[in-house]
Amino acid sequence: MLKIIRYSFFDLARSRWSYAYFLFYLLLGTVLLFLNNNLSGAIITLMNVNIILVPLIATVFGVMYHYNSREFTNLLLAQPLKRSAIFTGQYFGIAGSLSLSLVLGLGIPFAAYGLFRSAMIWNFAVLLITGVALTFIFTSLAFNIALSNENRIKGFGYAILLWLLLAVVYDGIFLLLLAGFQEYPLEKFSLVATVFNPVDLSRILILLKLDISALMGYTGAVFKQFFGTSAGGIFSSLMLSLWILLPLWRMRRIAKKKDF
Amino acid sequence: MVLRYLHIACVFLCCVPVLFAQKTEICNTCKVSTITQAVEMAKPFDTIQVKAGTYKEHNISITKPLSIIGEGMPVIDGENKGEIITIRSDSVTISGFTIVNVGTSYTTDYAAIRVVKSRNFTIRDNILERLFFGIYLEKARQGKVLNNTIKGNAVNEYNSGNGIQLWYSDHVEVTGNTVQNVRDGIYLEFSDHIDIKNNKSIDNLRYGLHFMFSNHNTYTSNLFENNGAGVAVMFSKFIIMQDNIFRKNWGPSSYGLLLKEITDSKLTRNTFENNTQGVHAEGISRMTFTENDFANNGYAIKIQGACYSNTFSRNNFLYNAFDLSYSGRMNENNFDYNYWSDYYGYDLNRDGIGDVPYRPVKLFSHMTDQIPEAIVLLRSTFTGLMDFSEKITPVFTPPGLMDNSPKIKKNKW
Repeated sequence: MLKIIRYSFFDLARSRWSYAYFLFYLLLGTVLLFLNNNLSGAIITLMNVNIILVPLIATVFGVMYHYNSREFTNLLLAQPLKRSAIFTGQYFGIAGSLSLSLVLGLGIPFAAYGLFRSAMIWNFAVLLITGVALTFIFTSLAFNIALSNENRIKGFGYAILLWLLLAVVYDGIFLLLLAGFQEYPLEKFSLVATVFNPVDLSRILILLKLDISALMGYTGAVFKQFFGTSAGGIFSSLMLSLWILLPLWRMRRIAKKKDF
Repeated sequence: MVLRYLHIACVFLCCVPVLFAQKTEICNTCKVSTITQAVEMAKPFDTIQVKAGTYKEHNISITKPLSIIGEGMPVIDGENKGEIITIRSDSVTISGFTIVNVGTSYTTDYAAIRVVKSRNFTIRDNILERLFFGIYLEKARQGKVLNNTIKGNAVNEYNSGNGIQLWYSDHVEVTGNTVQNVRDGIYLEFSDHIDIKNNKSIDNLRYGLHFMFSNHNTYTSNLFENNGAGVAVMFSKFIIMQDNIFRKNWGPSSYGLLLKEITDSKLTRNTFENNTQGVHAEGISRMTFTENDFANNGYAIKIQGACYSNTFSRNNFLYNAFDLSYSGRMNENNFDYNYWSDYYGYDLNRDGIGDVPYRPVKLFSHMTDQIPEAIVLLRSTFTGLMDFSEKITPVFTPPGLMDNSPKIKKNKW
């Protein structure tokens, strides 16, 4: 498996897309920091990128990689290798290289800016951790979709739909439910609804670290109380890892049964 | 001739108190070594000069018109035993002292300097430290509080006092004072015709300035920064607020300026920067907000219920998370000629006024007024889309609430 991870990783690390992705973050980070000089504002903008672009790129890239490397995968399948090892290897290769682009692309300008001497280091750490977690989550979801659909168009369609569902539609339904049940106390519900969507969870984790959380008033205080405790921290990281592990487990199951 | 003598006699007689006024000097090694003693011995209209040194005294009661002047900032140390100076007479001046260690009590409001039912007092150039209440004016009139520095060490609201407190006082001038780290920087209750100018009220636990039931007051060119909850003006009429700076009042229940039940007042040329809420208004009517700057606030203006016939014109709204939050569907307030940094309209005839009206209430801020919990969706993709679509085709936001003549360029004055 390690060999496959290494192969996929270096294959992708050499590809144009990874460079483009890396350069995009490098440019974005540099422009935001050095032309704006507002660290907190930069982190908010990056958070917006984090919750829209990172999932989108991870999904599309995951699906694309799977379809494009079909022949190579078939070749590997002919070898005496475990199927789960092949797909898990590919998965970690791609998620790892995307995460590396993200971490390096944002990390270099921030390090150059002198982040390590400022108090914002933890906010930035949360930003990177959630970014990496979202990459892993959406890549694993993408692999699931790609493995379940032989038809490329269908696969891409489902992938985009999934992204739309988690990044946009979920919040819409959430808001409708809040409006529908506004006579009831909704703090607990909104807490649960937030924790169950990785995109919302990442957003809230970053927002709570920033000054802007003061805008959230009473609800924000409830959230802060929950996420501020170690139990809240453990629970939210558990939730994020569950979002990685469950699709991963399903992916391995499909891969085992599938007729190639 | 007779008239002339009479005239001279008159002038002479008028000068008598001045001519016979004496100067007493006190210092730690002098014959008179305490202020209490000097005050007892002094005749009305005397001047007491206090040389540098430390005077451990409290309950200095002044019952006759006197000028007590400190030279080289002498220290009066109350040793936490209670009130330090109480003025119970007209025409008293106290200046140039460092007054420290006022006693704390849960039953009596001990103050460093208290003025009771007196007129024409002047309290100037004093430094007050480690205090409970600083300067407490009780039914005092026509006096001046000038250039004092008040530095408290308040930790909890329940056992700390206010910097400058006015209670049933009127025609008082409060100018050039700096108040830090107390409960309320300046507190007014039932006090009318007060002029508050050029003061700095910083890092206070609760409010920088707090008004209750006080009418016809003016406050200009003050700085209110980093106070627990900002400035509160409540239940008052005819207030003029001009050229003040409200800055960095940031926290979940904090605001630059809280207005509650205020009528017929003017808010002009103030700057609101980096507050969670620039102005929080409840039950205000016939107020005019002109030429104010609202920059980088969470909410620039939050209008709760029962606000009627207010005018907001020629203000600048710059880069606030929300420009306006408004509860209710009916709008009775008027917005015009403001500059909104979020305005993307055009101006074909180049008269400096946008051709498309601006709607300052975003759908999301409207939603959060209805459902406070919806704020958890702050800065999510969905709410961004929602605001965008509402901007193009307004459906939910209050219909009349818009600026029909938004400025294309920032208002200048």
